[in-house]
Amino acid sequence: MYELTIVGAGPAGMTAAVYAARKKLNALLISHNIGGQVLWTAGVENYMGYQFIEGAELMRKFEEQVKQFPIEIKTGEKVNSLSKLDSGFEVRTDKGGAYQAKAVIIATGKRPRQLNVPGEEKLRGRGVTYCAVCDGLLFAGEKVAVIGGGNSALEAVDDLIKIAEHVYLISLTPLTGDRVLIDRVQDANNLTMFLEHEVLEIEGESRVEGLRIRQLNSKKEKDLAVAGIFVEIGLIPNSEPFERIVRLNRLGEIEVNCVNETSVPGLFAAGDVTNVPEKQIVVAAGEGAKAALQAHRYLQRLSE
Amino acid sequence: MARQVKIYTTPTCPYCKMAKKFLDDHGIQYQEFDIVKDKAAREEMKTRCNSLAVPTICFDDEVIVGFNEDELKRKLGL
Repeated sequence: MYELTIVGAGPAGMTAAVYAARKKLNALLISHNIGGQVLWTAGVENYMGYQFIEGAELMRKFEEQVKQFPIEIKTGEKVNSLSKLDSGFEVRTDKGGAYQAKAVIIATGKRPRQLNVPGEEKLRGRGVTYCAVCDGLLFAGEKVAVIGGGNSALEAVDDLIKIAEHVYLISLTPLTGDRVLIDRVQDANNLTMFLEHEVLEIEGESRVEGLRIRQLNSKKEKDLAVAGIFVEIGLIPNSEPFERIVRLNRLGEIEVNCVNETSVPGLFAAGDVTNVPEKQIVVAAGEGAKAALQAHRYLQRLSE
Repeated sequence: MARQVKIYTTPTCPYCKMAKKFLDDHGIQYQEFDIVKDKAAREEMKTRCNSLAVPTICFDDEVIVGFNEDELKRKLGL
């Protein structure tokens, strides 16, 4: 039995691992990948110490730092359940693994939200994409739509106005992203914004051919011919494996107090999967550190 | 006969790097096409694989779009 299992290896989980290792805890870090959401971030300009660094590069540096310590790491396994034992917890994975620990830190982050409209599933990978940085270049010289009004959507727009013939931005709300990003894109002459519009349907047989949108107030519908649709409508927490034992808020985020304790003693959470506001790399890393230190305190009290 | 595995990628795509690492780790030889530089490969991916996303991995009659470890293992018989 480990003293501590850390589930998830993004900024929160890896920082927790370093803090746990420095407290000489017998810890396991388990995750289906290393880096989490930061891997899909092209450039990071607000993590202190680096004026600019690629997301994947920053996560390689995190990983190197974790590996300075003798901490056990298991990747390629996805945790799909957590249960309470008399002496602690057991996590089980999709590969049949079962690992017991006296305390657990959940740092499983978030994943992209889907639109849930007709045509989306059928045309995924055939013009519907959730990774602008991966697939943007495939649509050079074509008309594309970006769905969403936050930072991820605006970053996708910023990339796409440089290569696509025309970009439509469709957002349910007024733009919610950072002013610096809005300023960067709003005057582009190949950008048309449809704010307070919803997507009704994605059209096309074997490829995306267009989409139908509707203005929220007037209910006026409009068809747009596009070859690519970039869905950037936010994230949902990866909290499903834990929902039966821990308290979540209405967004599905794990509720924690200011020292990262959940509703279950010995179970801690950190980073984007929690109700802590501001989903930022620097915030997640800080929360991971706090969770590990609090878990250490908890384990000390257990052994007293 | 060794199967011919092709992987279509873009240089900015993190899933492509993960997919290549997976193939490397399992000792699978492959041919990589950067579809940003190679327009013919881009067309081949679109028409023969009917895919508009990277990574696209093709061999025999199989097409795998996106990096899906379990699907790759199953279809490559690993």
